[in-house]
Amino acid sequence: MEHYNMNLTLKVWRQKNKNAAGHFETFQVKNISSEMSFLEMFDVLNEQLIAEGKEPIAFDHDCREGICGMCSMHINGRAHGPWHHTTTCQLHMREYKDGDTIVVEPFRANAFPVIKDLVVDRSGFDRIIQAGGYISVNTGNAVDANALPIEKHDADEAFAAAACIGCGACVAACPNASAMLFTSAKVSHLALLPQGDPERSIRVENMIRQHDKEGFGGCTNIGACEAECPKGISLENIARLNREYLAATFRGGSKNSI
Amino acid sequence: MTLNSKIPAGQIDAKWTTYKSTCKLVNPANKRQLEVIVIGTGLAGASAAASLGELGYKVKTFCFQDSPRRAHSIAAQGGINAAKNYQNDGDSTYRLFYDTIKGGDYRAREGNVHRLAEVSANIIDQCVAQGVPFAREYGGLLSNRSFGGTQVQRTFYAAGQTGQQLLIGAYQALERQVALGNVTQYSRHEMLEVVMVDGKARGIIARNLVTGELERHFGHAVLLCSGGYGNVFYLSTNAMGSNVTAAWKAHKKGAYFGNPCFTQIHPTCIPVSGDHQSKLTLMSESLRNDGRIWVPKKQGDNRKPNDIPEEERDYYLERRYPAFGNLVPRDVASRAAKERCDAGYGVGASKQAVYLDYASAIERYGKVEANKLGLENPSKEKITELGKGVVEAKYGNLFEMYEKITGENPYEVPMRIYPAVHYTMGGLWVDYELQTTVPGLYALGEANFSDHGANRLGASALMQGLADGYFVIPYTLGNYLADDIRTKSIPTDHPAFVAAEKEVSDRINKLMSIKGTESVESFHKRLGKIMWDKCGMARNEKGLKEAIEEIKALRKEFWSNVRIPGDINEFNPELDKANRVADFLELGELMCIDALNRNESCGGHFREEYQTEDGEALRQDDKYMYVAAWEYKGESQYELHKEELNYEVVHPTQRSYK
Repeated sequence: MEHYNMNLTLKVWRQKNKNAAGHFETFQVKNISSEMSFLEMFDVLNEQLIAEGKEPIAFDHDCREGICGMCSMHINGRAHGPWHHTTTCQLHMREYKDGDTIVVEPFRANAFPVIKDLVVDRSGFDRIIQAGGYISVNTGNAVDANALPIEKHDADEAFAAAACIGCGACVAACPNASAMLFTSAKVSHLALLPQGDPERSIRVENMIRQHDKEGFGGCTNIGACEAECPKGISLENIARLNREYLAATFRGGSKNSI
Repeated sequence: MTLNSKIPAGQIDAKWTTYKSTCKLVNPANKRQLEVIVIGTGLAGASAAASLGELGYKVKTFCFQDSPRRAHSIAAQGGINAAKNYQNDGDSTYRLFYDTIKGGDYRAREGNVHRLAEVSANIIDQCVAQGVPFAREYGGLLSNRSFGGTQVQRTFYAAGQTGQQLLIGAYQALERQVALGNVTQYSRHEMLEVVMVDGKARGIIARNLVTGELERHFGHAVLLCSGGYGNVFYLSTNAMGSNVTAAWKAHKKGAYFGNPCFTQIHPTCIPVSGDHQSKLTLMSESLRNDGRIWVPKKQGDNRKPNDIPEEERDYYLERRYPAFGNLVPRDVASRAAKERCDAGYGVGASKQAVYLDYASAIERYGKVEANKLGLENPSKEKITELGKGVVEAKYGNLFEMYEKITGENPYEVPMRIYPAVHYTMGGLWVDYELQTTVPGLYALGEANFSDHGANRLGASALMQGLADGYFVIPYTLGNYLADDIRTKSIPTDHPAFVAAEKEVSDRINKLMSIKGTESVESFHKRLGKIMWDKCGMARNEKGLKEAIEEIKALRKEFWSNVRIPGDINEFNPELDKANRVADFLELGELMCIDALNRNESCGGHFREEYQTEDGEALRQDDKYMYVAAWEYKGESQYELHKEELNYEVVHPTQRSYK
């Protein structure tokens, strides 16, 4: 592949903290290699800002290999940028050409308040999991791992749902800022497995209640979440969540629901 | 102080059972009064915190990421070992124990490793009960695969995302305890000091990374589950935030550091593409099952790989190690790649890479598929097409990742790979109970030194992290806390907390007041280059001595010329980074001191002066069969304590893969 260098104009959201008003700031970056990752381009810009005595741009990132779910930029209007099934950290600069302008914003949602610049607070996701995204089994209680065979198809589907990295792109992409894809991925993962069966009613009820309490919007089946999800989490999961919720309601709800 | 490893007496397979039957217990009412601090929420930390919360202890967890689920255990690809013997292929607790001791080049402690093998099977049971979706066969039972350094199939996996699935399992167990009120979770917090009261660890000072405020937290015990320190090399497969800070603070408060120079360099990573490189990405060890590694026979050959005819390629692993070929252990494969590149046979623009070629695997699989389909005289194109389909099914996600990063299609052109820092076997010295040399201070998972000796086998890191957290610490911590039930919570206005907080705050103020001209990142890069060049895959006396001086000078320069923008009392990632790099600048020196002390080659530690005529690692069992545990005595001053390793069961031999 041919390598090349490029000069770019960046329009980046700056916001001092949660309570401050934000604004776009324009930067020029020069000699960016097509080999760089998008975040390495930001590293270059930040080093440049530090050298100029200015404050670098805050952004979340950690593993830089697409699995931890920490990176979260909204690039030219798209969560994690233009590449399909790709997180921001795996987007590479060969996507762009000399002279391009790139607009970078934080993930936007009321339930994801901005902490600083491009960094948002996604702790609502932890609280949705706390509401029921688990199987209640204390350490030491388990039976032999092969005691309960699970159909390969179900195990594979459970895995596909469990591949969610909790990045929040689904929320950022959704016009309603709904976190239903995230919530349904966990409900599906556990509902597909026999181990998850005893708590299936209470789980779906409590997780949805918490989802709404956090201020995430309702799902209106637009599908932008699936389109932007870096891990290809399917809308099927939302359909399954709806079935689980309906079934829980028919069962008269769980005796244990809060 | 003499090191007491506290290995229980008795036969190797009875030690842990004896310990569990005789250790002290804490009754449920007392557990509710006992507070435990857990630093780090990866496999070790999340599993420990969840299990201790279930038992009724009052637990606090701390992680620097925005959620416990992001800890770097999440990036582990290949799998987790367990001696289940589901494949009926001769596996047993003893064999897993033996393979791990041998793989570690006889520098690990037998008692700990046997316990690890014993609890390995319980880990798989626990994870399945939590809903971890391991790969399964059509009959509904669990699937296994092979990994390096073993002759049985004992690796459980979830596609190429095993670490992610195990961590999510532990995270969910942890969040359940948070919901129940047994665990309080502090995200975006970094531990910056251990608080000592009457010679025991009694709490921490943590910085809230959002507000910049320092916080005091009391605990009857403190568990460090903060991972490894591979980022001392700047470039590694670790996450950007992975750091040594928690472990280093503990070290400076009296916890000995064990075998700091034992570093694992993984042979198959995507090579560095330029000075902008911020981290390296691993390509799973499983790729060596089918790929063939080669370089051109001619030095400085600039032809494209597909233009180099078969007879002009050097499949150097197959040539040097006919018995194991491309499947030699990680340390051996890494050194062989370096040897070829240093000799001028490297490929790609940087010449610091070798080829990992799937062409012959594609052809082989294609022919098998054609036979299956009953195709007579299939065309070369048809065979290639069928073969690519098979390779895609087995390794598709890895090939896709390679293409995203390099822009090259590995189905058409051989992948370029090079070794990279991946894991640190060294860490805080712990006894059998996982307690450091500081009473009440424990180290679990990659943060301790205990189970992998001088080289870790693939799929054993996940096993160790979860063994420590789910099945070891719940017993050993109780044995310590049983004597502590009368200790009331110490108020955090105690002078020890005040003094520790002042120490942290003075240091941060000092960092911020330097106002120099060079960024933290640039110092980190320079440190990484010294470490990689002189304390990396091959080390020698001269280089290590130079490195020690260079690191000292760099540290001095850092403390007089670093530039940290922003303020203390705000979200300031540059300050967070500066705190971490300052600690790496001290650790790097100790690693070189340790490497210089160890006049032998073993596992990942290769001293050029100690090699066989064929260039293989040469151990010196008569002189160095010990754990080097270093005590901090002040800046640049470390005292060596030796824990002799006694092999009662396994008899050390020279490893050979020819």
